[in-house]
Amino acid sequence: MTATAGYGQALDLITRVGGVRGAMLVSAEDGIVVAEQLMEGIKGAAVAALAASLSTRLRRAMEAAGVGASLFWHLQAEQGALLVVPTPNGILVVAVAEPDVNVGLVRLELLRAAEVVG
Amino acid sequence: MADEIKKLSSQLAQDPDSLVFLRLGELLRLKGQFDAAHRVAVTGLERHPHLADAHDLYARILADKHDYERAFDEWDMALRVAPTHVGALKGLAFLYFKIGDVEQAAAHLEAAQRAAPDDPGVAQALALARGGHAAPPAPPAPLAPVEESPAPSAQPLDEARVFAGLEGAEEGLLLLDASGRVLGGALKNSQGQDVTDAVAAYLAGVSQEAARTTKLLGLGKWTGVAAEGRLGHVHLTAPTGDALLLVVRDRAVPMGRLAIIAQRAAGAARRWLEAHG
Repeated sequence: MTATAGYGQALDLITRVGGVRGAMLVSAEDGIVVAEQLMEGIKGAAVAALAASLSTRLRRAMEAAGVGASLFWHLQAEQGALLVVPTPNGILVVAVAEPDVNVGLVRLELLRAAEVVG
Repeated sequence: MADEIKKLSSQLAQDPDSLVFLRLGELLRLKGQFDAAHRVAVTGLERHPHLADAHDLYARILADKHDYERAFDEWDMALRVAPTHVGALKGLAFLYFKIGDVEQAAAHLEAAQRAAPDDPGVAQALALARGGHAAPPAPPAPLAPVEESPAPSAQPLDEARVFAGLEGAEEGLLLLDASGRVLGGALKNSQGQDVTDAVAAYLAGVSQEAARTTKLLGLGKWTGVAAEGRLGHVHLTAPTGDALLLVVRDRAVPMGRLAIIAQRAAGAARRWLEAHG
């Protein structure tokens, strides 16, 4: 399987969950979009950059606090959420979701997608 | 109990987003008012679908109503949100006992014991399972009473310490301003070392970035960041526009419980900021 096909498969796992508006693979180091499946109107590049920056701050803060690097994080908002699983090879698996999404299910699919991405 | 139910119902009517529904639903369940408890739990879950404690409450009500299949699904969901949720592990163990799968029941109880080694109910049920008894353990009680202690608003505010009287005030709660300056609380790592300043430095600007992200996505105001670490969980929230509140606990504390702790601490922080602002 090519890397691109693998990325598509990983994103499919996430976007098939009801209430998910889109998914992205983002380079954690520089915030660049590696692959995306987003609904129209979502500014992928800007969201990717902010997600990467937030992820870096969280990771450093959590490591400093002694709880280890983040395995999953979830930015909650009034009208939706951003859910992120960092992978060991420096990719962030990101989902943008509606407020009523089943977070547990999205988390599960993000973790599965992270395994596909490697 | 009736007075408390009345009081909690009133609180919930005033603030439908409040987490008091957890305590209210549990009290109604204990009183045998399953239909009312069911309504409270479902409404709470609609507002807090990510809250493992809400799934746990709903599962207990379903189990009381002998709807074991749906109870299984709810406890399963609670574990997806919080993999070491003791209430859910005990609940699933109870259901496995009921269908005679003692091995699975014991496995879940062992996981519950790892997460809550001091829980006598788990130890007792595990002894039953290991002894090969056919009788199921008692249906699970909630991990810990919710909102049992007086609300922070009922306590005198300590002039000097923002989180005075709150659990973990000196090792797992931190209040920062927008630039990362520590306003109150403290953090210690598992070795007991003070890590307050290091953590605060990394969190400077997080509130603004979270706000920019949700604005860009058209998601409205950000309300919290919940994160799972390998050894613990953290919850961030903004008690006021500029301030940032951090709650840190080890992995034995479910994410839903952390959200409740954060909500209480945010209330205390708001009052403190208003008084000292």
